[in-house]
Amino acid sequence: MADNIEFGTTGKPHPYHLVRPSIWPMAISFAAGLLAVGTVLFMHDVKWEGIHFGVKGTVIGFLAVLTFMFLWWKDVIFETIHEKVHNPITETGLRYGMALFIASEVMFFVAFFWAFFDVSLMADAANQIMRLDYTKGVWPPPQFTPIPPFDLPFLMTMILLLSGCTVTWAHHAVLKNDQRGLEEGLRYSIILGVLFTAFQIYEYQHAGYAFKGGAFSSTFYMATGFHGFHVFVGTVFLFVCWLRAKKGHFTADRHFGFEAAAWYWHFVDVVWLFLFVAIYWWGGTIGIGDVDAARQLHGIEPVPLGGH
Amino acid sequence: MATSHDTASDHSHDHDHTPGFFTRWFCSTNHKDIGTLYIIFSILAGIIGGAFSGMMRMELADPGMQFLADGNGQTWNVWITAHGLIMVFFVVMPGLIGGFGNWFVPLMIGAPDMAFPRLNNVSFWLLVPAFLLLAASAFVGPGAGTGWTVYPPLSAKLGHPGMSVDMAIFALHLAGASSILGAANFITTIFNMRAPGMTLHKMPLFVWAMLITSFLLVLAVPVLGGAITMLLTDRNFGTAFFNPEGGGDPILYQHLFWFFGHPEVYIMILPAFGIISHIVSTFSKKPVFGYLGMAYAMVSIGFVGFVVWAHHMYTTGISVDTRAYFTAATLIIAVPTGIKIFSWIATMWGGSLRFPTPMLFALGFIFLFTVGGVTGVVLANAGMDIALHDTYYVVAHFHYVLSLGAVFALFAAFYYWIGKISGRQYPEWAGKFHFWTTFIGVNLLFFPQHFLGLAGMPRRYPDYPGDVPPPELEGLFVNPVAKIEWISQQAVGYGLWNYISSLGALIALASSVFFVLLALYTVIWGRRVGDNYWNVQPNTMTLEWTLSSPPPFHQFEIQPTVK
Repeated sequence: MADNIEFGTTGKPHPYHLVRPSIWPMAISFAAGLLAVGTVLFMHDVKWEGIHFGVKGTVIGFLAVLTFMFLWWKDVIFETIHEKVHNPITETGLRYGMALFIASEVMFFVAFFWAFFDVSLMADAANQIMRLDYTKGVWPPPQFTPIPPFDLPFLMTMILLLSGCTVTWAHHAVLKNDQRGLEEGLRYSIILGVLFTAFQIYEYQHAGYAFKGGAFSSTFYMATGFHGFHVFVGTVFLFVCWLRAKKGHFTADRHFGFEAAAWYWHFVDVVWLFLFVAIYWWGGTIGIGDVDAARQLHGIEPVPLGGH
Repeated sequence: MATSHDTASDHSHDHDHTPGFFTRWFCSTNHKDIGTLYIIFSILAGIIGGAFSGMMRMELADPGMQFLADGNGQTWNVWITAHGLIMVFFVVMPGLIGGFGNWFVPLMIGAPDMAFPRLNNVSFWLLVPAFLLLAASAFVGPGAGTGWTVYPPLSAKLGHPGMSVDMAIFALHLAGASSILGAANFITTIFNMRAPGMTLHKMPLFVWAMLITSFLLVLAVPVLGGAITMLLTDRNFGTAFFNPEGGGDPILYQHLFWFFGHPEVYIMILPAFGIISHIVSTFSKKPVFGYLGMAYAMVSIGFVGFVVWAHHMYTTGISVDTRAYFTAATLIIAVPTGIKIFSWIATMWGGSLRFPTPMLFALGFIFLFTVGGVTGVVLANAGMDIALHDTYYVVAHFHYVLSLGAVFALFAAFYYWIGKISGRQYPEWAGKFHFWTTFIGVNLLFFPQHFLGLAGMPRRYPDYPGDVPPPELEGLFVNPVAKIEWISQQAVGYGLWNYISSLGALIALASSVFFVLLALYTVIWGRRVGDNYWNVQPNTMTLEWTLSSPPPFHQFEIQPTVK
């Protein structure tokens, strides 16, 4: 292609890990298809002979996806721990793969942040006539009581930041081959992750608005809910690492499975910081226009916090 | 200069045992087998997607309704939606990226396989349920008649209360997951598995193209995923992202869609650029002119491709400043694209030219892609686009760059590499016959659509004003001279160019049928070929020509080097 290229040979076998044929990729694809079909039938409440196939399809599809993921990754762990076929080049490949996966997840969140900023920054856009009806030209819309950011959400921020510290603790421990420190750091991270999820459930129960309460609550629940799902996945990831740590899978120089979980956890953490600053703090307290004045002008009594 | 035989020493390596049928094709972890599956999938989907366009051109051959009789155009909308989604997600992307990308990226960088072989297989198999969901959506209730863009409120509960749109959304979710995973796989493979000595600046241009395409996929497709997820909750869980009644904004969907959609069109054309560079270079017996310029032109197309999306939205009421910015940014893309076109011409300049079928398709690509690019410059201007938006001028434009660009590159790649893939060569006369019938057919099909668009004919309608011909001149299968003469005598209407366009479609479809037969003949009875059957010269050599045809089940077991 380019000029002056000559090909030769190293005379040595290639250093890459070629994997055996596997049925899991095809199986997981059809499981994902079943999950999709089941969800469609569920959303449209399709019944046949009185049986709701949707719920069953969704549940079976979801369980099948999880099962095949488990079996697939079990193979990967078997290859690295028992067959010892992962060399440093394989590991570099896994690093690229994980980094790119996280990059794609970041772009997923971009879509939800975009939706949030579209409605909040342009809450007073003069050409959005129906939106003005909803927002009264201010943000947050006067009919809602936003969750006070420096209340529960700030505590949740601290919890996640602390869990980031405990994961780093575990990381330093594994680098020193400190088995006890690794397990302990992971254990605290998992507990903090579960605690975060518990507080989020509590928060959802006490928010004065539902998913279908218009763009304010739609963007709130979609962004925080998608993040919450990632916290759940990250917690499971850390939990698997904890189980593997107890089996002695991680050593000072070979522990990418743990490191990937740590990367993912930090990513979830950073997304939360953006959520906290943009949606809870700016979107809940600063926003656009004078919310109190809009309430007085339109005689709106906001729905208080405390459940719906 | 080292050539074929040094690095092909692994031919008789005894690790080359092929697994049994089920294991080989359903549980594959071999990039070449998965690439073959992708190519077969792409051809099958292409037949279905092409059948939809055939039905559309039959309907549009005459004014009035021919055989589409549902009265409200919903069926028509289902056809255009199916045609668009199938061609984009199930023909061009699987063909160029999954098919030829899978086959030739590892070969060109001297790697034995992709970085994540199982992930490679899941990328392919996810397309199967995705395609089944999309196909099934057309048969559930009135189908998904939203266009490939799936804009709300037409795609919301308001326009499509049934299950079809939800099925199409999940089809896109699955296809999107397939693309993201595949792209991560390509990037890792290219960064991590190049032969020693192959720096980025010595990498073949097709590999460059695949690298950039993969970055676009990783960064653009998730945004579509987010958009259609919000559409899904708007439809089924009462949210208001795109619903003005709840403060939402349908234009937001268009922003999100085109933030994905514009990089997506580069995702479809960049691999084509890579393929054309190889073919032009091989058949000119010269290295590509301005290799680095070619590589970085693609990089800049990729970058700028992310900041031009709202040129699809000039008529949505975006402000004049916004339109000025997007006009300027869009016109800038013509610069790196021009670098590519001129460099291809400069590669041929003074070269020792040969014109077998892949070169003909490559030349066809350069010519027709340029036509599409020039109309693209016209449409980039917000002022012009106000007049031409949603007319057949736009249809002609994007079919020139995609149908006559990306699909020509698919054919070019097929003819260039089928000998390498199957070990058998196509009959040259048949390839040339296929090229000329396709070339004449598609130009007859799409060139008149410029005139229709300039005359104001809107897209996405099954009917148009014009005089209905007398019974003996109705339809496509009549004496064309008599029919054109008759239409020319009528005072008004879009009948003439629509009829000629449909005639072109007939030729192009017949040519496609010929291609399918030719492809079958080639892989079963084609003449056997050697390693370097195009006589690629040392100065344009890429690693795939140092291997046998077809290559061993696992190539490069002894690692090659590049100096």
